[in-house]
Amino acid sequence: MRRGLGGHLRCLRVAAIPAVFVFLASCASNAPQDTLSPDGPIARKEGNLFLFVFAIAAVVFVLVQGLIIATVVRHRHRPGRPDPIQVHGNTKLELGWTIVPALLLVGVAFPTVFTIFDIAKEPTKNVLPVEVYGHLWWWEYRYPTLGISTANELHIPIKTDVRLSLHSIEPGLPAAKGEEFATGVIHSFWVPKLAGKQDVVPGRVNKLTIRAERADTYHGQCAEYCNLSHANMRLRVVSQEQAGFDGWVAQQRKPIDVPQSGDAAAGFALFKGKGTCIGCHTMQGVQGAVARVGPNLTHLMGRETFAGATFDITPENLHKWIENPSAMKPMRPEKGTGMPKIPLSDNEISQLVAFLTTLK
Amino acid sequence: MAVAVTRAPARPFARPKAEHGFWSWISTVDHKRIGILYGVTAFLFFLVGGIEALLIRGQLAQPNGKVLTADEYNQLFTMHGTTMVFLVIMPLAAAFGNYFVPILIGARDVAFPRLNAFGYWVFLAGGGLLYSSFLFGGAPNGGWFGYAPQTNPTFSPGHGIDFWLVGLVVTGIGSLTAAANFIVTTLNLRAPGMTLMRMPVFVWMNLVVSFLLLFAIPIITVALFELYFDRNFGSNFFNANLGGDPVLWQHLFWLFGHPEVYILILPAMGIVSEVLPVFSRKPLFGYSVVVFSGIAIGFMGWGVWAHHMFAVGLGPVANSAFAASTMFIAVPTGVKIFNWLATTWGGDLRLKTPMLFALGFIGMFTIGGLSGVTHSIVPSDYQQTDTYYIVAHFHYVLFGGAIFGLFSGAYYWAPVVTGKLLDEKLGKAHFWLMLIGFNLTFGPMHVLGLQGQPRRTYQYPKGMGWDFWNLISTIGALTIALSILMFIINILKTARNPERAPQDPWDGRTLEWTIPTPPPEYNFAEIPVVHSRDDFWHRKYTEDETGRLVRIPAGGSDDAEDHEHHGHEEHGHGHGIHMPSPSYFPALASLGIMIVGYGAIYLKSGHWWLMAIGGVVVLAGIFGWGNEPLAEEH
Amino acid sequence: MQAAIGHAPHTPAPGDHDYAVTGIDSRKLGMWGFLASECLFFGALISSHLLYRARAPQGVKIPHDVYDIPYTSVSSFVLLMSSLTMVLALAAIQRNDHRRLRIWLLATAFLGTVFIGGQVYEFTVFTHHGVNLSSSVAASSFFVLTGFHGVHVTVGILWLLSLVGISLRGKLPTENHLQVEIAGLYWHFVDVVWILIFTVVYLVPNKH
Repeated sequence: MRRGLGGHLRCLRVAAIPAVFVFLASCASNAPQDTLSPDGPIARKEGNLFLFVFAIAAVVFVLVQGLIIATVVRHRHRPGRPDPIQVHGNTKLELGWTIVPALLLVGVAFPTVFTIFDIAKEPTKNVLPVEVYGHLWWWEYRYPTLGISTANELHIPIKTDVRLSLHSIEPGLPAAKGEEFATGVIHSFWVPKLAGKQDVVPGRVNKLTIRAERADTYHGQCAEYCNLSHANMRLRVVSQEQAGFDGWVAQQRKPIDVPQSGDAAAGFALFKGKGTCIGCHTMQGVQGAVARVGPNLTHLMGRETFAGATFDITPENLHKWIENPSAMKPMRPEKGTGMPKIPLSDNEISQLVAFLTTLK
Repeated sequence: MAVAVTRAPARPFARPKAEHGFWSWISTVDHKRIGILYGVTAFLFFLVGGIEALLIRGQLAQPNGKVLTADEYNQLFTMHGTTMVFLVIMPLAAAFGNYFVPILIGARDVAFPRLNAFGYWVFLAGGGLLYSSFLFGGAPNGGWFGYAPQTNPTFSPGHGIDFWLVGLVVTGIGSLTAAANFIVTTLNLRAPGMTLMRMPVFVWMNLVVSFLLLFAIPIITVALFELYFDRNFGSNFFNANLGGDPVLWQHLFWLFGHPEVYILILPAMGIVSEVLPVFSRKPLFGYSVVVFSGIAIGFMGWGVWAHHMFAVGLGPVANSAFAASTMFIAVPTGVKIFNWLATTWGGDLRLKTPMLFALGFIGMFTIGGLSGVTHSIVPSDYQQTDTYYIVAHFHYVLFGGAIFGLFSGAYYWAPVVTGKLLDEKLGKAHFWLMLIGFNLTFGPMHVLGLQGQPRRTYQYPKGMGWDFWNLISTIGALTIALSILMFIINILKTARNPERAPQDPWDGRTLEWTIPTPPPEYNFAEIPVVHSRDDFWHRKYTEDETGRLVRIPAGGSDDAEDHEHHGHEEHGHGHGIHMPSPSYFPALASLGIMIVGYGAIYLKSGHWWLMAIGGVVVLAGIFGWGNEPLAEEH
Repeated sequence: MQAAIGHAPHTPAPGDHDYAVTGIDSRKLGMWGFLASECLFFGALISSHLLYRARAPQGVKIPHDVYDIPYTSVSSFVLLMSSLTMVLALAAIQRNDHRRLRIWLLATAFLGTVFIGGQVYEFTVFTHHGVNLSSSVAASSFFVLTGFHGVHVTVGILWLLSLVGISLRGKLPTENHLQVEIAGLYWHFVDVVWILIFTVVYLVPNKH
């Protein structure tokens, strides 16, 4: 049965409605890493550019799919139809559909190149520099102007251009002569709601600017395959009002309160002794605890997550972790990448956990 | 086919003569049989790669999946990608190219028949090497792109990555020899009157692909060797501790890798360019433009490689340059889409299975092409890269594009290869199930990527908003599997069906429909003289002043009917046709290469003698090959 | 390796195996195609070297520090001369002088072997100076590039010796001169690549 062209358009309109709903429904979902719900100026620039080009692409999509459906409906063989007129080409049409897309793309290229340079600009006012170190499989942050270091959860003040310098290191592996640390593998620092990603490449220092306008916690994760536990190398960015951030910084500067008695004291002794934790973890105020093989644990309880922002910090999780780290998160400690299984009794682990939970 | 042969002088290694049976397949140098070998082997790898995909989707159907461990998942996604690219799509294109390019240009075989056989055997050797890794300590787990330094020995201990490196060098040898073979065949063995601009578009696309392979395979070979030396001989190409640059790997890999994706898509575009005119009963709209667009894509494809590296930190100037070049390669691609649509417009469309897949190709490839354009918007790509949005893109162009195109070719050309038509009902079931399943699997990945789900992650936590679409995607994957079952059932059913197809079942346009189906070894009893593009069509039809078709009464020039009633064997010998004789040496040389490959993988462990033995076998193969004449005398 | 079909001069017809629309024999065309791909192969190796030629840890010698340019010039000259003898070999078979063919082929193979021997000695000296595959990326890229070139020369030597053997068995008649020409194409290409390597790797100054 032949349908006129109007029938096809009605058909398309009907199909379009649920498609739009589905698309909108996806946008509205509660996705902590949703690039289409940007919450910082850089992510917003990137998102707007995407939506602009996506709109053009959607028009082309409807046009092409519509033409396919239209040609099938209109020109499908029906008995008795004569053979079609043999058309070999049409130079004007072909020129047209070469030039028009080219012009469209030129139109798209301008805002693209402009935004590339805009995002790459080195920020000049109100800048906070942070050094990001990608390890296998966690994130270390050092604030050179504030003299503090932490792991996995990056605190930043709002309304500040935070300029990240991205390094890849593996302190657990032998360093080259004259170098402080061995280099690691390629990672990628990505917190979608604030900015697009930038790779962390061993042998070079890439830069990324992130900026939050309001206080919130943002989710992110490594976005360049780094083998075994790539999926478990996650991160948080906690943006705070200036006062709150300053308070956090002050807290980070403090050394630990050395526990004097009970399980916590026993745990502290284990930290320095049989547990061998001091060999990999920094702990301010403890002589000789300056290693960066594992995260700085001085203010562990000030964080919500651990092990590459993969697990919530609870005594149970910490206990299970120390008991057998690779069972919770696949790692290769025998090759120098990841936390090894420390031979400790269950009671000793409980004491260690008791100590760790005092580290506010 | 040697019928009555003078007995060759007694030698320890006599020239094989078998025409049927197992050994005839090992020693065949007939391009059609080699095409079938490529096709069957590649299809089996397709099933294996599909099972790998099902396991991946099984793991990702739910958050915190426990179907696979991290290491198992990493091996599976590495092998899935490596398999589909190197062991499925490339050899499937080679299957069609091998079978049909000589016939489409009116030749009896390719320029180098034994080299052709060698190309297949070395592909099998490489695929076998790669897959044997599962038995020998674990498959490679570095991704199909093998980025250094995570593939360096420090971070990827064991032999898995070495299997990957050696396996790909070996299959690369096959691709390179096939490319040289096709270039020489296409340039030198065309029938009289078959000028370049009268060749079928499929032959053109195959020629462009062959040039791309010729120049791209050496580049990845260098990268693979450099990483191999890093892992086995202590060099430092990608060791950043000593000044090596991991980004060099990426440049070398993508200089190969981008032309590679055009290698993957152009043959399917060629097939679609054959199918659409036949099933629209109209010529291809703008033949020259379609051909030149293919050539343009081949050239421009060399200038876009760093669009895979936008987040690596090359700087705004480099990123802008590659953004521009990437945008502009969309132009010739779009031209093809519009030309194909114009071919169907105003035609008399026969919606048989080959046509459905060809139309599906246009629709699905367009979606993939459009998402590709969005990737070229660099600031947006900073969000998109390394997410499921990219996974969606390349599956739309490689599955919705290349695989759909290759299935179109399979249904279209089945009557030539087998003499039978595949079942239409099952074919349509295959198409619709596959179209629905494919879109269910990969459509949601656009959303997942934009919602922040990265690639290459063996698990994702709850509460990310990704659960629903991941489940839908897995259901889609199962639907795809069901559709492939339809295809397999179709093949089995058709094999048992004694009904033969007519000589020219689709009212075709090109030379493969002028010879008996399946064709005799020599293809053409008499080499045709070609008078125009779509020569066969123009022997059947002419056009009046308004452009309408006028059927030419069947007559003397149409030798197609004569062959229908004769057996295959009687033809050819009265014409004194000398076909190349079968040979074991291509397979022997490939076996030697495989042994050398194992030796290279285990060299560090002291098994140098494997390389020595393999080397001897290779030399024996080459010397034997060099010493035997192409065709034994009668 | 065409079987002799007839004794009259054979004009290839369509469908014959040696038919060539371009007028260039398929085997020759195939060799040109292969050589084109080899350009990319060596191009990628040379590019890697250009990137890395000055990179080494502090105090570690790079190849440029230990080059003996006069020595390498002599061995380059030897390889260049081998191209001359290759041309003479082809000329010999084309004028039906099979004895001279074998002599000049052997001379080419001999000169190639001298070149390889010279390289082996050169690399041994480098190793004694602490420049080896692992000592720096500059050295890694140098050895892999020149090593692959050496492998290509060696394959060529084996090929030429095979041709001598085939000729001695009487299986290389004058009408098969194309086989010598194709081997010559390969040999000259390998020589030209060496000229490029010698210039870019050895001669171009390198600040370290």
